[in-house]
Amino acid sequence: MVLACLEKENVDVVFGFPGGAVLTLYDEIYKMGKRHILTRHEQGAAHAADGYARVTGKPGVVIATSGPGATNLVTGIATAYMDSVPLVAITGQVATPFIGTDAFQEADITGITLPITKHNYLVKDIGELPWILKEAFFIANTGRKGPVLIDLPKDIQAQEGEFDYPDRLEISTYKPIYEGHLGQIARACTAVKEAKKPLIYAGGGVASSGAHEEMLAFSQKTRIPVTTTLMGMGSIPYEYELFLGMPGMHGTYAANNAINEADLLLAMGVRFDDRVTGKLDTFAPNAQIIHIDIDPAEIGKNVLADIPIVGDVKRVLAEMLKRVQPGDTEMWCKKVVDWKKNYPLRYRQESNNCLKPQFVIEELCRLTAGEAIVTTDVGQHQMWAAQYYRLKSPRRLISSGGLGTMGFGLPAAIGAQVAFPEKVVLCIAGDGSFQMNSQELATAVKYDLPVKIAIINNQYLGMVRQWQKLFYGGRYSHTNLAGGPDFVRLAEAYGARGFRVASPGEVEETVKIALNTPGPVVIDFQVDPEEDVMPMVAPNTSIVEMIGGEER
Amino acid sequence: MKRILAILVEDRPGVLTRVSGLFSRRGYNIKNIAVGPTMEPGISRMTVTVEADPLTVEQIVKQLNKLVNVLKVNDLTDETSVERELMLIKVKAEPGRRSEIQQVAATFRAKIIDISPDSMIIEVTGEEQKLQAFLLMMQEFGIKEIVSTGSVSLLRGSKVTRELRA
Repeated sequence: MVLACLEKENVDVVFGFPGGAVLTLYDEIYKMGKRHILTRHEQGAAHAADGYARVTGKPGVVIATSGPGATNLVTGIATAYMDSVPLVAITGQVATPFIGTDAFQEADITGITLPITKHNYLVKDIGELPWILKEAFFIANTGRKGPVLIDLPKDIQAQEGEFDYPDRLEISTYKPIYEGHLGQIARACTAVKEAKKPLIYAGGGVASSGAHEEMLAFSQKTRIPVTTTLMGMGSIPYEYELFLGMPGMHGTYAANNAINEADLLLAMGVRFDDRVTGKLDTFAPNAQIIHIDIDPAEIGKNVLADIPIVGDVKRVLAEMLKRVQPGDTEMWCKKVVDWKKNYPLRYRQESNNCLKPQFVIEELCRLTAGEAIVTTDVGQHQMWAAQYYRLKSPRRLISSGGLGTMGFGLPAAIGAQVAFPEKVVLCIAGDGSFQMNSQELATAVKYDLPVKIAIINNQYLGMVRQWQKLFYGGRYSHTNLAGGPDFVRLAEAYGARGFRVASPGEVEETVKIALNTPGPVVIDFQVDPEEDVMPMVAPNTSIVEMIGGEER
Repeated sequence: MKRILAILVEDRPGVLTRVSGLFSRRGYNIKNIAVGPTMEPGISRMTVTVEADPLTVEQIVKQLNKLVNVLKVNDLTDETSVERELMLIKVKAEPGRRSEIQQVAATFRAKIIDISPDSMIIEVTGEEQKLQAFLLMMQEFGIKEIVSTGSVSLLRGSKVTRELRA
């Protein structure tokens, strides 16, 4: 019956890992020939389904068994929850008579995932299953998207029941608001007309609602510069003249100073995360704030909005586009563009042969024409990827923004490659993060998924080391990873190709070879171990107090 | 500041955990909570008393509304409403002091519902302040044990909670 529901929901592939409590379900998968990607760890399956969802905009589906199988999904579910990614997780559960008896491989996964799912279900009757599945997909992929978990006891899987799949669904207690309030939209348009220094601050909600075209059109029509968060990267083409880059802790000089000076901040699909705002009471001190978000709870959570608009960013922007009149922003645009020109992101390339991580990413961007799907792990390499991979379109930088999950990159790349077999999928990984899910190399090899993995190998847990250097007196407590595995041989052991690059001169040729090699490839970039991500704003300070953002 | 929230929820397994879990994980404190059925089958009503500033309460209400099983949340604090809490008090009562206790109980319109050779159980209903005042009086006799429901609250007049704007 589950499989029939998946058909109804047009699920073309599921990610998972079998076990005792999902034997029946897997037997159906076998009999029906459902496309299933077997990972090597349930966490990998969750991240792969998440990566699939992020690149396609369709819900990812992941299956795991009860107990440890289910608990191994937890990090993956929490990752999806924090970044509002539609995910449907189906877990096996011990048979209903055994629930609550500490049976073999029993865990209360609905209890465990209560705080990290949008909603979850424990199925107690086969008759409930069709509407629960229908509701699960509906809830996961509407409103503010997010993961939904269905816990399915073993005996229920084996039962037969009437398959009555609802076509439409009305949940009286769940009614997301899509259309913005017209009165507030009119107020927002007036504010735009009057503003002298307006700024768009856009996040994951823009990509999620597919509002990137409207946003660009809005910025072009009103001549308002744009900064996008990590989650919003790609919603505006990097090369767009009024794009200022990323704001916040590792944001650009232009973006952070624009926030500081702005008299109007148009916050779209963002949640004023601490990594963006720095010290809250110093954030956008001069600005009136328009906050557009589909989740009413985000509005007023961290920052009070002067003009709150609850709704889908795409629809709200489309409505605003019809009415808005540009204000006089030319002086302001000139100022921010000058900032952008005079204070660019940069790094020092010493005359010696030292390989700089930023250079590696710039080269990866150049050699893939900025058109790869880039997944990342978490840490320094993630920030460098956001800073130096010049994206052209949305849903192309796949990264764990909210939870900051190391080990996300490779499985997410697998999910992305499954979704788009023909596209270049590039996993930019850290040497620390990569080792958290390196077993998924086996998955990539088995399904012949040609993901290209660039390990930015600095022999450290680099971001933690950077904080230790700057804020903990240089005491590198347990961040040194030197002596780790030989990544080239590791790749080969799994049946993938491996290359090593230790000097700038080798980058181009090796990347070209890797891109032309079929199947998965690992490149071990042995970069400068002491390089830091700059600029940087110390935690809980104002975002204009930047270290390393000096004038060119 | 004390706020009283009326929460209509679907009567599904785990809904109490969902609501109470939300309070604890977001760091809000529940002062007391009462749950019971409504006239509508399948819908229960929770009355939650919280101690929080207005912005926090606004955030609590929004977060509660996001729970799929929550139908409606209303802050009754600023509405004219009646609020009641029920408390049972077991108090020491030697035969010589019984009439004294009875007098105090009568003043508070409390009922004596059990008597044993050296103790009594008294039932009292009212708003929190009244119950506190009554407890203070009873302390003099020696309180052995108390138990109380959370507050429950209804709007005055013919208006019902479901008709309020969320």
